[in-house]
Amino acid sequence: MTGPSPPLRRGRTGPSVRQRVGKATPYLLLAPGILWLMVFFILPSVQMFLTSVSTGSLDNGFKLTWSGAAYVTSLTKFGPQFENSLIYGGTATLLTFVIGFPVAYTIAFRGGRWKNFLLFMVIAPFFTSFLIRTISWKVLLLDDGPVLSFLRALHVLPADASVIGTPIAVIAGITYNFLPFMILPLYVALEKIDPSLIEAANDLYASRWGAFRRVTIPLALPGIFAGTILTFIPALGDYVNAILLGSPQTQMIGNVIQSRFLLLGDYPVAAALSFILMAAILVAVSIYARALGTEQLTG
Amino acid sequence: MPQEFVEPVSEIDVRLVDVVKRFGDSNAVDHISLDVKDGEFFSLLGPSGCGKTTTLRMIGGFEQPTSGLIELQGQDVTWLPSYKRNVNTVFQSYALFPHLTIEENVAFGLRRKKVKDAEVKSRVTDMLKLVELPGFERRKPNQISGGQAQRVALARALINRPAVLLLDEPLGALDLKLRKQMQVELKRIQREVGITFLYVTHDQEEAMTMSDRIAVMNNGQYEQLGDPESLYERPQTRFVASFLGVSNLLAGTVDGSADSFALIKLADDTRLRVPAGLVDGNTQIEVGIRPEKVRMNRADDPIPAAANQLEGVVSDVSYLGVSTQYIVASRGGIPMTVYEQNVERTNHGSLYHQGDQVRLSWLPEHTFVVRGSAPAAGSVE
Repeated sequence: MTGPSPPLRRGRTGPSVRQRVGKATPYLLLAPGILWLMVFFILPSVQMFLTSVSTGSLDNGFKLTWSGAAYVTSLTKFGPQFENSLIYGGTATLLTFVIGFPVAYTIAFRGGRWKNFLLFMVIAPFFTSFLIRTISWKVLLLDDGPVLSFLRALHVLPADASVIGTPIAVIAGITYNFLPFMILPLYVALEKIDPSLIEAANDLYASRWGAFRRVTIPLALPGIFAGTILTFIPALGDYVNAILLGSPQTQMIGNVIQSRFLLLGDYPVAAALSFILMAAILVAVSIYARALGTEQLTG
Repeated sequence: MPQEFVEPVSEIDVRLVDVVKRFGDSNAVDHISLDVKDGEFFSLLGPSGCGKTTTLRMIGGFEQPTSGLIELQGQDVTWLPSYKRNVNTVFQSYALFPHLTIEENVAFGLRRKKVKDAEVKSRVTDMLKLVELPGFERRKPNQISGGQAQRVALARALINRPAVLLLDEPLGALDLKLRKQMQVELKRIQREVGITFLYVTHDQEEAMTMSDRIAVMNNGQYEQLGDPESLYERPQTRFVASFLGVSNLLAGTVDGSADSFALIKLADDTRLRVPAGLVDGNTQIEVGIRPEKVRMNRADDPIPAAANQLEGVVSDVSYLGVSTQYIVASRGGIPMTVYEQNVERTNHGSLYHQGDQVRLSWLPEHTFVVRGSAPAAGSVE
């Protein structure tokens, strides 16, 4: 036997070309994404901002006048819709967390060989269109639909009880539609927790609850953060649930933006509302991230 | 709430009485009884799947026994959850809390016990000094090495002054050199704090180096329990003889006796002497001899009359540094392993080579007798 065979040699220029390609690799890999964002996010955002400071009408055309009128209208006239968005989105996010955490926890720690099947069940609703599922919720929640008939038969609800068209229906719809976006990140975070850490906490005199509070929750924080963000942000801007399950009184800010754009042709106000929503979300998320972050540090 | 440290009722820190743990339809732990004395370094040694870790986990409270009794310092803890037991564990994976600093990790147990802040601070400082990691308080577990994590895990457990410290293969993840260093270190720390250590390992050398007593386990049962020397010098079962070090085992028939020795006839009619007390009334037995106790002799070398002798041909020679390992095919066809200290080389100036005719000799006192199977259940002191 000779010694270990030498590594494959290439021509002199080989390694240097390869090195150059190697250095460029991250940028090459990022390029499609950056390009995509440039074309479909940055440019439209700029366009949208310019629209929000324009004046005019659909018939006469819009002119860039750097007017702040659309922002004034947005901030003064749509208080109730902003409020609805915040309440419905917030409540739905809380509910998805309350419902989703035990599910994610059970799959992660007790799933065993059923793990993949259970995860598939979480994602299964995605195989049907979002719209169809929301419409079927409408059917379910109708006054003489199965859910209310059943509850009425049990005398849990009075005979004239109605859910459809109320905030409850809208919140229920949002909660249902965004539940997988809460469960999946929570699952990923919980699944990574080494079970011996829980045992170590028990070993060091922490009760089951104590171990949960001081070990499981802190270690699941990244998942909690991701899950709430993934649910809360789209829920804030959602309008489908409010249209299909709600009433004119349960309009969210998404409904206003949608109708300003598509029905009324009031582009400046629609654009201004979109920007205000985006700014509000950015501020809220950064406050939230900071709060969770410091808690993680101090444990 | 965790138990306050009570004055030990007896000298026994851990007592297992006829403990069984069933997983599915097999017994992972099969009628184990055990007494670990106060201040002892006790090891459970065996191959993976022998039930040693399950035994440890039952003492720690992470598994409930199917039947049997577990006592800590005279108190029945069989059904007590782990957080109410006065034991602490050093986990194989260390299980340091990644979101807490080293200081918070080490203080975790004391915080749960609501020990006063000033006392926690000073005990953490002392403990980090004991494991030679002073100044590491502010670091996170991902900022320290494996060996350091091991020390932190040890400090985090010891700081609570448990009745017993349970260690589940704590050195398994370290490289050989660090492992050797930590063995000495662990022994030092154990002597210093005087806490009973119950140590689980599959590494026989590790167990031998540190332990006061060792229980060798196989298939959920004890093979043998004793101090390292008696386990090595007088293994009682074939399993122990081959799991702890290397043994040459020869099957034979008892064929009379002479003085205090029994005569054993091998298949090739060679006769060996073994201490009569070891034969124990059996006629078909297996005798063993450790490789380093066997001497190599040339055909014409004088051999003491009392020594056991076996003729053979050298079939393999390996130089191991400290010693040379020979494999000698005996006349009966059994391969015998012999270690010869390499100091001998300079003495007689020559080596044995493959194909050499040799006579092996050893003292009858060094011969031991082994059983084939594990002893009956629950037969330990």
